[in-house]
Amino acid sequence: MAVLNMVEAIRQTLADEMARDGRILLLGQDIGRNGGVFRATDGLQERFGEDRVVDMPLAEAVIVGASVGLAASGLRPVAELQFLGFGSQAFHQIEGQVARMRFRSQGRYGMPLVIRAPFGGNVRTPELHSDAHEAKYVNSPGLKVAMPASAYDARGLLAEAIRDPDPVLFCEPLRGYRRIKDEVPDADYTVPFGQARLVRDGTDVAVIAWSAAVTVAAEAAAQLAADGISCAVLDLRTLVPLDVRALAEVVARTGRAVVVHEAPMTAGFGAEVIATIQEEAFWSLEAPIGRVTAYDTPYPIASVEEHYLPSIERVKHAIRRVAGEV
Amino acid sequence: MGPATATAREQAAVVPVTRLGPDGVLAPGCDPALSSAEALAAFRLMLLTRTYDERAFSLQRQGRLGTFSPVTGQEASVVGSAWALDPTRDWVVPQYRELPAMLRQGHTLEKVLLYQMGNPVGNRMEEGVNVLPIQISLAAQVPHAVGLAWGLRHQGLDACVITYFGDGASSEGDVHEAMNLAGVRRASVIFFLQNNGFAISTPVAKQTATESFALRAAGYGFPGELVDGNDLFAVYEVTRRAVERARAGEGPTLIESRTYRLGPHNTADDPTRYVDPEELRSWQALDPIVRVRAWLRSEGALDDASEVELQAELDGEVARAVAAAEAFPKVRPGQIFEHVYARPPDRVAAQWESVGEAGSA
Ligand SMILES: Cc1ncc(C[n+]2csc(CCOP(=O)(O)OP(=O)(O)O)c2C)c(N)n1
Repeated sequence: MAVLNMVEAIRQTLADEMARDGRILLLGQDIGRNGGVFRATDGLQERFGEDRVVDMPLAEAVIVGASVGLAASGLRPVAELQFLGFGSQAFHQIEGQVARMRFRSQGRYGMPLVIRAPFGGNVRTPELHSDAHEAKYVNSPGLKVAMPASAYDARGLLAEAIRDPDPVLFCEPLRGYRRIKDEVPDADYTVPFGQARLVRDGTDVAVIAWSAAVTVAAEAAAQLAADGISCAVLDLRTLVPLDVRALAEVVARTGRAVVVHEAPMTAGFGAEVIATIQEEAFWSLEAPIGRVTAYDTPYPIASVEEHYLPSIERVKHAIRRVAGEV
Repeated sequence: MGPATATAREQAAVVPVTRLGPDGVLAPGCDPALSSAEALAAFRLMLLTRTYDERAFSLQRQGRLGTFSPVTGQEASVVGSAWALDPTRDWVVPQYRELPAMLRQGHTLEKVLLYQMGNPVGNRMEEGVNVLPIQISLAAQVPHAVGLAWGLRHQGLDACVITYFGDGASSEGDVHEAMNLAGVRRASVIFFLQNNGFAISTPVAKQTATESFALRAAGYGFPGELVDGNDLFAVYEVTRRAVERARAGEGPTLIESRTYRLGPHNTADDPTRYVDPEELRSWQALDPIVRVRAWLRSEGALDDASEVELQAELDGEVARAVAAAEAFPKVRPGQIFEHVYARPPDRVAAQWESVGEAGSA
C-alpha cells in the first residue's frame, strides 16, 4: 500500500496491465520519450519498447480510428487523447465507429479498447483544454464512460476498463493528477463499473458528483456538517453504466439531492441524473433537486475560471437551499 | 530584384530555397529580395519579437503572465512571410506562434499581453486588423483560411489569405480537406507550414515519412515550395511569389518553411527531455536574426551604435506595452458571459445575473 497521486496510479496501472497482457499497446501524442505531457506514460516506452508505446502523428481521428483496426486485429489498444477537448477531432470515430462496431458487426468485432483523456479545470490551461465534455460521449450507445475521482479508483477503474470487452472512455481530471492523493494497494484489483461510491453518508441532503467535482462536494459536505446539515456524498464513478440503484437508495434516505458537475448546465449529465431520480425516487423527494454546474458559456479564460467552476461556496449555497434553509 | 533562377531540385521542393547564408552573405548571383531599408524594418520586427519573448518569459516566471509559446528561432519564417502581404487588404489566419505576423497586420503588443495576462478582450482584433484569432485547436484554422479567401473573392475583393500551421498540425485531417478544397476552388490562399522540427516533443520523422511537406501540394493540384525558414530573404521571395500567383487568380500555394524551435514548446514544457543538444547547437548557429544582422552590417545599414539604440527602443516599446497591459482594468467575472451570444437566451442571462451569488469569488 502506498500513497499515490492520480497520475502515478494511472502510470502504475498501465505498466502492470502491459506486463500482464502482451496485447496491450499504448498510442498517443508525446507519450513515448516525453512520457506524455502529464507524464502518465513516463518510462513506459523505455520499458516496453517503441512497438508497444507509440508516438502518434498529431491527428486524433487516426489515433482512435487506427485503434479500431488494432482492436479488430486482436490487440488491446489504449489510446491517449492529449486533452478531452480534442476528442472532437476524433468524435466521428468514437461515436460513429468505436461505440457501434460491435453492434454493426453483430458481435463479430468487439472493441476492447480504452481512450484515456485528461480534462477539467482549475489548472489554468489555454482554451479547449479544460472543457468537461462527458455529456457528448454518454450519448454514444455502445461506449462506457469512466470518471475516477480518487487515485484508488483511477487504478481500479482503469484496470477494469482495460479488461472490459467494451470500449471505455476514461476521463482523468487534470487537477487530480497531482493534487488528489490516496492509498493505492500494490496488489491487483479492479473496481467494477456501475457501482457508485458512498464517499460519506448523511441524512439531510444527497450530493451527487463525479471526477474532480467529488472533492468539491465532499468539502462542502464536511463544512456543512459543522453547521448541522448532514450530507451524503455519492461519487458515481462511471456515468455509463449508471448506478441507478445507488441513486435511488441515497435519495430514499435523504429526500433531497443536489448534483454537481463541471460541465455547462444545459443538457449536462446532471440532467440525466435528475431525470433518473425523478423516475426512481420521486415519492421520496421532499424538495426540488438542485444542480451546481458551470455556466452555459464556453470555458472562460484561466484568470476567471474559479468563478465558472462549481465552488465549495456555490455547492454549500445549493445544499442550504434544497435543505430549505435559504 | 531578380532572384536567382531556382535549381531543378529547388523546383522539385526537396531542397530548400536559400538566399542569405548563415554568415549573412548572399548566395552568388542573388539580388537581395528586400532593399536595405525594408530589410532593416523587417529586422526590427524580428528583434522586437525576440525581445518580447525574453521579457514575456521572465514575466511568466514571475507569475505575471500565463502560459505562452515563444517564436524564438522562427522570426525570419514568420516575418519574411508576413512581409509579402499587404496588411491593408490581405489576411492572416494564425496558429499561435506567429506574433510578428499579427503585429505586422496591426495587432498590438499591449493586446497580446492583455490576453496572455488573462483578459479575453486582448484577443479581439480591432477593425481593420485583418487577422483571425489565434487557434488552439490545431489545424482548425486551415479550412477557415480557405473559406475566407473564397468569400473575399466572391465579394470582388482582390485579397489573399495566408494561414500558418505547424508540422504537427499538418497531420490533422482538416489540412487535407482544406487543401483539397482550395485546389478545387483555386482559392487565393497561401498554406504556410512552419516545420520547426517538433510538435511538442514529437520529431518530424514521427509526423511524416515524406522528405518534404512541400511535395504534398502536387496531390492537390497546386505548387509547393520548400524554403529555408531561417533565411528572411528566401522566405520573403517565395511567399511573394505565392502572393503574386494568388493575386493573378492562379490559386493556392503550399510553402514549407524549414526552421527550428530554439526554445521550449511553451512555458510549461521541458525540452531537455527530448531535444538532442547537438542538434540544438547546430540550429543555434543558424539563428535567423544573426544572418540579417550580418547582412545589414555589411550593407552599412546597421552598426554597433545604431543597434544599441534600436535595442533600447525595442526594450522601451515592450516595457510600455507591459505597463499599459498591467494598468488595464482587471478582468471581471462577468466577462465569462460577454460575447457568448449576440442575444443571450434568458437562461444564460439569468446565470449572468447570478454571478457573485453566494460569494462565489
Ligand atoms: C487538435 C489538437 N490536438 C492536440 C493539441 C495539443 N497540442 C498543442 S500544441 C501541440 C503541438 C503542435 O505542433 P505544431 O503544429 O508542429 O506547432 P508548433 O507548436 O511546433 O509551432 C499539441 C499536440 C491541440 N492544441 N490541438
